[in-house]
Formats: sequence, C-alpha cells, structure tokens
Amino acid sequence: MIKKNNIELLGEKDTRSGFGEGLLEIGKVNDNVVALCADLTGSLKMNAFENEFPDRFFQVGIAEANMMGIAAGMTIGGRIPYTGTFANFSTSRVYDQVRQSIAYSNKNVKICASHAGLTLGEDGATHQVLEDIGMMKMLPNMTVIVPCDFNQTKQATIAIAKHNGPVYLRFGRPSVPIFVKPDSKFIIGKADTIIEGTDVTIVACGHLVWKSIEAARELEKKGISAEVINMHTIKPLDNKSVLDSIAKTKCIVTAEEHMMNGGLGDSIAQLISRNHCVPQEYVAVDDTFGESGKPADLMSKYKIDTPNIIEAALKVIQRK
Amino acid sequence: MFSKKIIRHYMENKELKNIASQVRRDIVRMVSAVSSGHPGGSLGCADFLTVLYFHQMKHNPTNFNMDGINEDVFYLSNGHISPVWYSILARSGYFPITELSSFRKISSRLQGHPSIDKGLPGIRMASGSLGQGLSCAIGTAETKKLNNDTCIVYSLHGDGELQEGQIWEAAMYASAKKVDNIIATIDYNGRQIDGDCDNVLSLGNLDEKWQAFGWEVIKMDGHNIEDIKSGLNKANSYIGKGKPIVIIMKTEMGQGVDYMMGTHKWHGSAPNIEQLNNALEQLEETLGDY
Repeated sequence: MIKKNNIELLGEKDTRSGFGEGLLEIGKVNDNVVALCADLTGSLKMNAFENEFPDRFFQVGIAEANMMGIAAGMTIGGRIPYTGTFANFSTSRVYDQVRQSIAYSNKNVKICASHAGLTLGEDGATHQVLEDIGMMKMLPNMTVIVPCDFNQTKQATIAIAKHNGPVYLRFGRPSVPIFVKPDSKFIIGKADTIIEGTDVTIVACGHLVWKSIEAARELEKKGISAEVINMHTIKPLDNKSVLDSIAKTKCIVTAEEHMMNGGLGDSIAQLISRNHCVPQEYVAVDDTFGESGKPADLMSKYKIDTPNIIEAALKVIQRK
Repeated sequence: MFSKKIIRHYMENKELKNIASQVRRDIVRMVSAVSSGHPGGSLGCADFLTVLYFHQMKHNPTNFNMDGINEDVFYLSNGHISPVWYSILARSGYFPITELSSFRKISSRLQGHPSIDKGLPGIRMASGSLGQGLSCAIGTAETKKLNNDTCIVYSLHGDGELQEGQIWEAAMYASAKKVDNIIATIDYNGRQIDGDCDNVLSLGNLDEKWQAFGWEVIKMDGHNIEDIKSGLNKANSYIGKGKPIVIIMKTEMGQGVDYMMGTHKWHGSAPNIEQLNNALEQLEETLGDY
C-alpha cells in the first residue's frame, strides 16, 4: 500500500502508451499473444508490437465487427487476441459481436480500448464514449479494468494475459500524471487504497484517481481526512475494500470519467445498498453527450474535475 | 463405427442418404415436441451436413476438444438451424442421441440457438445473431496458419444472412489477407422469414458478388449426395492456393417434407402432431428414432 505521503509524481505520459509497452512486453514472453487493430495502430501505440511480431499482428482495416469475430475465432487453437481500437468502436459499435461471439461464447479475447471518455478532446461526442463501462460490465463473463496511469496500464496489459476469459481494458489519450510504481504488481479485482483516511471514502478509476489524490490533499488542508481507493477493476468489484473503508468513514464519493448511469458509481451504489447503506455522491457525467474542446476544459465543464470531487466530499460528509 | 479417434468416414452414397433421412426425422420430431424451432432451413441443410460430418471432415467426435488442433473445424453461422446440427452431432457421436429429446427445454444443453455455456460437445461458438460466423471462421483459419495446422475451417451461412454487413467485412478481409484455408458454404434456398429473398432484399448476383470480393466460387446442388461430395472435393482442391473458397449451395427450404417445400412458411414454425405424422410418413426411419 502506498501511504499518502509516499505518493510521488513520477512523470507524465498517456495511458495508451502504457498499453503499447505492455503489449510488446507480453508479446515477448507469451508466443500465444496476437494483436488485431482496426486502422488505428499509431493511436493505440501498437507499432512496436507490429514491428517486433509482424506474423502475430493482424491489420483488419476499418471493420470493427469483423475484428471482434476474428478475435473470437482466433482463440480456437489457443491464441490470446488483443484487439485495439477506440473505446467507442470497441463497445457500442460492436456490442452484439462482443456479446455473442466473445462474452456469451466466453472467449479469451482482450478488448483494449483507447481514447475513452471526454479526454479524447477535440474530436467531440461522436468519439467520446461515456457508456462503455456500463455496457461491458453488464455482460456475464466480462472482466472490466480501468487503470489509472501509464505504469498501471502497462501492468494491467501484461496481467490480463494470464486471466482466462474476456476482458475489457479501458484507457485514454491525454498525457496524465504517473504515480503507480513501475514495479507494482497488478492484481485483477484487488483495489489499491492509495491514501488512508477516516472522514470520507473516495473511490475512483482511470484519470479520476489522480484528481482524487489532488482532492484529498486539498481536503486535508481543510482538516478533512479522505481515504482514496483506486478501483482499477470495475468487475469483479473489490467489495471488501469498499465495505471496510465505509465502515470507517460512513460516507463515499465515486469519481469516474463516465456516464453517471451505469458506471463505477452505480456498481458501488449497488454494493452499499445491499450491505451497508451510507450517503454517496457521484462525480460523473450527468446524462449528456460530450463535445469538442481541450481535455482539461471538458473535465471542468462536465464537472468531473478536482473541485467537483472536493465539493462532493464536503456535501457527502454533511449528509452523514 | 463412430468410436474411432480422428476419423474420415468416406461413406457410400446409400449410407449417407440413410443418415440424412434419419436426421430429417430427428429434426421434425425435435421441433414438433416443443412446438418451436426452425425446421425449414434445417431440412434443407441435412444432406450437406451429413456429407460434411460423415464423409468429408477430419474430426474427433468422441473426444471433443475446444481448440480443435489438427482437426477440421465447423461453424454454423445461421444458428437457427440448430436442429439439423444437433442431430448430426449426436448421430456422429459427440453426445448421446437420447439427448435430442431435450431440445429447447429448460436446463438443456441443446439451446434454441447453439451455445457453449452448457458444454455441449461439438460447438465452439455461440450463433444465432446473424452475420458473425464468417469472421469467427476466419479467425480460426488464421490461428491454424499460425499453428502450422493444415486442417481447414468450414462455415455455413443462410442466404438471407448475407444481408448482414459483417459478412462483407469478413469477405473483404479473407481475400485481402489470403485466408485460403477456409470453405464457406451458402445455403441458397432463396427464402427468409418474411418471404422470398428477392422480395425482402434481393441478394443480386451472388456468384459475381463473391467473385468481386476475391473468393473462389463453387456451385453445387445441396440435395445430390454425389454433387455435394464432388463440390467439397473441388473446394478442397483450392485450399492453399491464395484465395478463400465459397460454395453457393442450391437447396430447397423444407426438403424432404412435401408440404414444407416451395414456401418460406416453415422457416420458423413447428409442425403439430398431425403434420408431424404426415412428415414422418415421408421420411424413412433408417437408424432408429431417438
């Protein structure tokens, strides 16, 4: 566990580059790993794998439905396919293919999805999927992972090869702070409590984890002790980490770059409503599509930024 | 005769006809028993699948392995004709033929559309939502190439299914990437749920479409055992020659039961008892009913 005083800013990089490095690394040690891409090799940082293992790289063109089917079929014979395209084209565009050929058929496909959420930026709402966590977590057999920084995305990319079954791995485009140690071990389904606190629990995933660390530091200045949990695995959810934390803090804030409906916050709400009811506040996009703009401006406009987490924490503490 | 390990049967036409007749009896009995299911297309593909499983494919019915290494692999993309596939799988030894009586019933391994979640031997991929099986077949063909596995991948598709766009994504990929270890077959009966394909959404010139997409096109009569054998032989002769192979197989929906032929009406309707008995009178019981 990294205590709050030990969180170091190790640099800045995009999480998709963590995927690219992780893919290359797992490709070197596991011959069964193959990669498929739908005309976004550069955007997904898959070039290194393509150059190193041209025979195990499959360029399918702009045909994501076909890519998902090919990936499912490639598992017959022992291969471990990693598909690469934007999050929107990995989920909503191909939901039925993922549902039938991968999830229902329980195939060992790793669906690797970049440019998720608002921080895709200027391309706008057509590409800014905010529903993907919900869609994917609803599929039986599917594991859903949303790592928080470059190092964790790389570690997760490597770790999922050892998990036999379909996985949705969600990451993003912008450069964001790195704070997970490069030698950390990624365990699917085991949350990281990165700051210990007693007044409020903040559970976050993806880009919102760093924002939650910033929020906790600001709250500390106000005399509020916030616990921050990096919930990198949305499904299966680490119930124990959450329940142990709220037993102590008696309230919770969830923070995610996703639609309020159906995301991490709803998974937490379901957990606590069935086990230990405490007040919850959501930091998430409230039933609206995104738009073009700089990632930082969008985070601010759509209220999924550090000040929104602070505000939610103060509010939820009042509701105790 | 079905207990050997990896096998090719090389059956005589008479034997194959007997099996197909029994398979047709299985189909109508299965769907009638639960008043649901898809007899029309199932009956239409009985001859083809009989030849494929009992004469053509190299496969291992008694020791089913999901990975299918060093075996030919078959995908049923038009999953609604599950009755014919279940009968063929049972009759070739994948699971007990008595299990056919559980078709579409609660907790059965024989789901309405094929699935793998209940562990029915012989099935490697769920199908039912149309248009997905060709991509899956191509994926397995690619893995076989990577694994230096010289066995091939077969797939079967409805003609109406070709209205799905994913089929053409897959068709484009297979020729561009020279996936030449796959034989896709189209069940060309010209009918779909709402009526004749020509009236619903015309398929146009199928031969030219597949040729334009870079496939080797073979035509055959799906109800002539000898023609099916020679069509599959011809298809196999093109394996490894740089192009994917498609067989446009002319069939009649409902083949073998006179009142089900010449119409789309039995695509997804089951016969009642009286209609079942009429059908069974037309289909010789050759191997014993389940």
